[in-house]
Amino acid sequence: MSREYEIVVGLEVHVELATKSKIFCGCSTAFGAEPNTQTCPVCLGMPGTLPVLNQQALEYAIRAGLALNCTINKYSKFDRKQYFYPDLPKGYQISQHDLPLCEHGYVEIDTPEGPRRIGIRRIHLEEDAGKNIHAGDNIASAQASYIDLNRCGVPLIEIVTEPDIRSPEEARAFLEKLRSILIYAGVSEAKLQEGQMRADVNVSVRPKGSTALGTRTELKNLGSFRSVVRAIEYEARRQWEALQRGEEIVQETRAFDEERGITLSLRSKEEAHDYRYFPEPDLPPIVLTDAEIERIRAQLPELPDARKRRYMEAYGLSAYDAGVIVRDKAVADFFEAAVAAYGKGAEGAKTVANWVINELARILNEKNAELAQTPLTPDHLVGMLKLVDAGTISGKIAKDVFAEMVETGKSAEEIVKEKGLVQLTDEAALAEIALQVIEANPKAVEDWKKGKATAAQFLVGQMMKATRGRANPQLANKVIRAKLAEVTGVTNE
Amino acid sequence: MSATTKLTATRLNRLFLAGELSAEEIVEAYIERIQAVDGQVGAYLTVTAAEARERARKLDARRKAGDTDLGPLAGVPIAIKDNICTQGIRTTCASRILENFVPPYDATVVSRLQAAGAIIIGKTNLDEFAMGSSTENSAFQVTRNPWDLSRVPGGSSGGSAAAVAADLCAAALGSDTGGSIRQPAALCGVVGLKPTYGAVSRYGLVAFASSLDQIGPITKDVADAALLLSVIAGHDRRDSTSHPDADRLQRIQLSGDASLSGVRVGVPREYFAQGVEPGVRQAVEEAIAKLRELGATVDEVSLPHTEYALDAYYIVATAEASSNLARYDGVRYGLRAEADSLLEMYLRTRQQGFGLEVKRRIMLGTYALSAGYYDAYYKKAQQVRTLVIRDFEAAFRRFDVLVAPTSPTVAWGLGERVEDPLAMYMADILTLPANLAGLPAISIPCGLSQGLPVGLQIIGRHFDEPTVLRVAYAYEKATQHHQARPALGQ
Ligand SMILES: [Zn+2]
Repeated sequence: MSREYEIVVGLEVHVELATKSKIFCGCSTAFGAEPNTQTCPVCLGMPGTLPVLNQQALEYAIRAGLALNCTINKYSKFDRKQYFYPDLPKGYQISQHDLPLCEHGYVEIDTPEGPRRIGIRRIHLEEDAGKNIHAGDNIASAQASYIDLNRCGVPLIEIVTEPDIRSPEEARAFLEKLRSILIYAGVSEAKLQEGQMRADVNVSVRPKGSTALGTRTELKNLGSFRSVVRAIEYEARRQWEALQRGEEIVQETRAFDEERGITLSLRSKEEAHDYRYFPEPDLPPIVLTDAEIERIRAQLPELPDARKRRYMEAYGLSAYDAGVIVRDKAVADFFEAAVAAYGKGAEGAKTVANWVINELARILNEKNAELAQTPLTPDHLVGMLKLVDAGTISGKIAKDVFAEMVETGKSAEEIVKEKGLVQLTDEAALAEIALQVIEANPKAVEDWKKGKATAAQFLVGQMMKATRGRANPQLANKVIRAKLAEVTGVTNE
Repeated sequence: MSATTKLTATRLNRLFLAGELSAEEIVEAYIERIQAVDGQVGAYLTVTAAEARERARKLDARRKAGDTDLGPLAGVPIAIKDNICTQGIRTTCASRILENFVPPYDATVVSRLQAAGAIIIGKTNLDEFAMGSSTENSAFQVTRNPWDLSRVPGGSSGGSAAAVAADLCAAALGSDTGGSIRQPAALCGVVGLKPTYGAVSRYGLVAFASSLDQIGPITKDVADAALLLSVIAGHDRRDSTSHPDADRLQRIQLSGDASLSGVRVGVPREYFAQGVEPGVRQAVEEAIAKLRELGATVDEVSLPHTEYALDAYYIVATAEASSNLARYDGVRYGLRAEADSLLEMYLRTRQQGFGLEVKRRIMLGTYALSAGYYDAYYKKAQQVRTLVIRDFEAAFRRFDVLVAPTSPTVAWGLGERVEDPLAMYMADILTLPANLAGLPAISIPCGLSQGLPVGLQIIGRHFDEPTVLRVAYAYEKATQHHQARPALGQ
């Protein structure tokens, strides 16, 4: 058997929609409330209660479908997916089985080999279940189990891809792009830490070059992109090694153990639930007209790819820079607001882009924070850039000021004033410093005499050091050369 | 015994509004009658005497204060089938599993009745979760037919029908999934109307088979049926299957014109086939002759897929029931059996909580929806359902209403069919096609056979309750059958 193998991955991603109320009742969807305070007879599955579809949830699901290049089915319906579990009050989940709302879409991702399309097989609408809480360390030793039904009935879309993903990195790229598109489309906040986006992963392997699909396993309920990547890596290797030993892969559902980084069998295909799907008689089919679909399409906000193209065309940003900026909608919005406030057209945009891509990204990465978690506003950045432009602070000082703004939310002006960071532009004062530096560095002066122009750069550096970076670099350069010429009688270019 | 309890809802309301009878007097008359007679009949699971008295006092006070907007059912005691939720009042579905369930909400129909001034007098017995045709499947008690206490009242709304027949309420609400309003109304000699599917909100009706269930009135005459329908019908945004056209039914006017000239009456041949007792056939044929006499044109029609309707019905109804009853799991409300594990708790709760017929239907329905059987059963049943609907559509191109017996037989003896579920299921054979097609249908008394009431069923087009009621009303005015009352407790 070949030593090289290919990974084949399909994803089922559950995403919470950003509606204020639940999908079939009026209860709030707000996160973090006291258990069972956001419930009513409908979502508690009390006898005689009936579901009423939240029209906003339907509209968001359609919008998601359009943003993911899907066909919106003009006739779809709800079905009951039946199983017993304490967090499922009705004994069935209202979902969509054979006639989903959206089909045949795709998401384009960037790969080292260039852009690639990952097919979307279908998107359907459904309700979330509640949450079981076990009193104790684990379910086996728990003295009691409690049920919180706040989440029960929160609207979800389930996005099912084709088995088009070929590596853990592509899975991550897909999920990041998907998340970005859904946030741009305004249909979900997709907050990972609140469980608003969870993925089931279907993994199989095959010898490189083969087109047949191998037997797949399903990895359930992964809550972070990192887990998805690690789970695929492990599972693909496990499958390949088993095949190498001549074993067969069993079609089964597996769980990913985050701590140990391994997957474990949950249940085999034979033990799989028979969900006994049948059409939900309490809800009429969803019937849409072309006009309704087009109305929603017309209201679709600008999506990340379109915005990236616009940045490249309007501001002359490189594909890479534009791509980095649009990845996070909050960052892109920040960028645009800053460019507008700065008001220097394409040139200004490039300056802003540099700050966003380099300094802002670096700081957020270091802090492992989102932009929204910092007090930084576009006005902060623009205020700072204006100080640089006016020569009040140097570019180097600006970096410190920027970091301080991200930390404290103070304006650049305030920080500069408080810390005495105003740039030294007084030629006489700089000449004084230049003389001190020349006296303290005879070796550099000797070099200068021998015709080494780089000595001047070294001495400018010494001037910056002496002024804690406040010296205007151009002016310092000019002054030191003049003083060196004066002292040594040698001029170097 | 007070004559008050013999009065119709329409009449009681007039007397109350005119100040001739106080609501308190009316309520006391019924409570007295219930105390005297219901021990024999067993119509009520819960009598809400205290709440009814309290409400009567308030209505009286409002009337005395000059309130003229008391409603078309003001002062009228109404019984509610115990599968319709009543806020703060136990709603059991005649099941152990909900024996102590007190809903924190009213069904939409209950709110509408109360807004119209009605007084809820109690909750009536039924077959557990409305599954049955004799009310013998109640987990709590037997209800007897007021015409002959050794016989069943029909079902599943047997408590409501018996209560109306025995003057234990002025009118009642029932629910009809395959005939559960019409069949007991026929067997108890009263009027029972199943409205068009979507005419009356199902919110608060404990679901048996969601695509078939419909709430409707059981009354002493046709005018009362029209009155109650006009109160309970209407679009309800809490029920997505309720229809905007339902609001039209709030303005039903019964014409004083007794002529049926121009009305085309179809008589479906298949509804007179084997199994219809001669006495029932004779009473219904006499009724058809009377309709002709009143000016209607009458002709025979065929509904060729009728013979498959029963099978399709029992698959659809049990499939939906198996799903609708999954929520009774002991986790949140109702009965919970003690056990050491979750699975054991589920099993014991449902084993102890559900009766035999309910378990039988859950198993049938679960089977019909199982992987590998869905296409052969559920899907096929839905196809048959479509054919049944097409039969009706074809018939209604030629006819305004269809008439037939409601039940193939008169009331049978208690216990007679308990061991034979198929014989029990046959009781619904003439009523369930209207549920499969979502059509309005009424049963009205059309005479006696062996001293027991026979029901005439009139089926109409979707949302054409006005024509169904018009035919029923004309027939009722031209005959005396609706005035026949059981001798019980007189
Ligand atoms: Zn709710």
